[in-house]
Amino acid sequence: MSSTTLFGMCAAALVGLGLYGLLIHPQTLRRIVAFNLLGGGVFLMFGVVARRGAAAGMASDPVPQALVITGVVVAFSATALAIALLLRLFADSGDASLRSPPHDGVAADRTHV
Amino acid sequence: MPDSLAVPLANPSGGLWLVAAIVWPVLAALLAICSGGRLADRIALLAMPIGLGIAVAIAMAVLPVGHVLTYAVGGWNPPLGILLRADTLSAAMLLTAAIVICATGIFARGAFSLRAGTPETRGSLAFWTLLLAVWSAMNLVFLGNDLFNLYVALELLTFAAVPLVCLDGSAATLAAALRYLLFALLGSVLYLLGTGLLYGAYGTLDITLLAARVRPDFATWVAAAVMTTGLLAKTALFPLHLWLPPAHAGAPPAASAVLSALVVKASFFLVIRLWFDAMPGLWNSLATQLLAALGAGAIFYGSVLALRQQRLKLLIAYSTVAQIGYLFLMFPLAFDPIAGRLQAGIALTGGLLQTVSHAFAKAGMFMAAGLVATAIGHDRIAGLAGIGRAMPISLFAFGLAGVSLIGLPPSGGFLAKWLLLSAAIASGQWWWVAVLVIGGLFTGAYVLLVLVRAMGTTEAPLILHVSVSRYRELTALILSLMAVLLGLIAFGPLA
Repeated sequence: MSSTTLFGMCAAALVGLGLYGLLIHPQTLRRIVAFNLLGGGVFLMFGVVARRGAAAGMASDPVPQALVITGVVVAFSATALAIALLLRLFADSGDASLRSPPHDGVAADRTHV
Repeated sequence: MPDSLAVPLANPSGGLWLVAAIVWPVLAALLAICSGGRLADRIALLAMPIGLGIAVAIAMAVLPVGHVLTYAVGGWNPPLGILLRADTLSAAMLLTAAIVICATGIFARGAFSLRAGTPETRGSLAFWTLLLAVWSAMNLVFLGNDLFNLYVALELLTFAAVPLVCLDGSAATLAAALRYLLFALLGSVLYLLGTGLLYGAYGTLDITLLAARVRPDFATWVAAAVMTTGLLAKTALFPLHLWLPPAHAGAPPAASAVLSALVVKASFFLVIRLWFDAMPGLWNSLATQLLAALGAGAIFYGSVLALRQQRLKLLIAYSTVAQIGYLFLMFPLAFDPIAGRLQAGIALTGGLLQTVSHAFAKAGMFMAAGLVATAIGHDRIAGLAGIGRAMPISLFAFGLAGVSLIGLPPSGGFLAKWLLLSAAIASGQWWWVAVLVIGGLFTGAYVLLVLVRAMGTTEAPLILHVSVSRYRELTALILSLMAVLLGLIAFGPLA
């Protein structure tokens, strides 16, 4: 198994784990961590694409690495924003989970969110 | 990509307008942050007419002759450089966004401007800078021609739109903002995953170059599927709409107007770019039918829930869920089974018209509902009796917006649905005709439900807690009127 295949499979595993966590976990902090895991998988996939030299057939391609740097910055800001919202939510309500699903029925009201 | 390195591209003079459309709102937002909440509203309101002028200039250059404006950033060609590109779709959306943002600015003066002698609030600074940031990010979405650049634009839009949901800082709105953020992040990371796969397969991120290289193989299918799924989560298409109603429940009316009218349309615009421009030949009939089936699900689900709501604001939010469904009906109608590709035709025009008319109508509707809620101190539908007498302009704005949502002539909504109906009949897909007709009846039911209540009389005359300014009511009315009059362009330049 070549190194790119190995890393590609690692990336796929990370994406799968992150996606599962983001969709399944009721705890918001865990979902934020899962988002980072999913993002890590995507960034690793970019690394694999760079190592494979993309479609240009070069030994390695610098473009995906440049993209990953931007992606990491964006994911970092997103995480910071999510954590800030979560801390504020916890300070205000003493509860850091989004347990009750959004009410789709007649009782939908901001007090139930 | 040695062939593409350092090939300077002569940037035509018109291309600079595209840069201005993106940079101008950012400059204004930065200036607003530096000068603080006391001046933020004035800076934003001064920047808006100029931004509208830029959008009009681009529309004038693009719309009448179908001309395409491009600008290669830094003079570098794709695939290495980033191209900004304005075609008819972009120009129409730029203009819509500019009009709705300017109207929102005028409307929001009453809520987020500080009077002399009052202490500075967080909302007054945050709202105006975020509004300008939303505008800039939207313009980048409409003009970007590079998939990764568009990813950055989507994230900028998310970061600007999420705080708009929780401007009042209560626990309920914070939870709604956090839920919205998680949905949006899932959406954009899936989009990024697809972008990486496409780059790995084709070595370019430029939409035009990609369209020439795309092959219908497994990797492309996976990339397109995850990108579309991510964009659908951001567009709040059923069943990924769960974040939208709570986000609107506690957001200020001006923020709701921007969110419902524009922000969800940005990711929808990228679905169009992806399906029609980047890979029109990739899809088959089943994929387009599936997308429209989700749209039909949204129409029925959103309408039924809208009918069951007790709060006016949530009724309108669920109406957005339903109206987004209409946007996705155009995909099977634009699919040409003989050529095996999506064709830009009357179905795409109908979808675009639905996007624009819904933007005007829904912004007007949220503003009118916000004014009613401000005036009577609540927005329970059961307690609206007497509004028709007390606030005739606001109720008229609500009704006109409803006319366009239902699709009565001569509104933009009517023309949009007429085009979609014609496309459905022409391609023999009668089941989408049924969806369009039944959806219109549902919309009529929930709009009339509100109007009948509001026209009702009460024994004691309705007392307004706060009187709302006439200009705010007129702003809502003008937006709704534009949605209604949009149908008349059938007799105008686009006939």
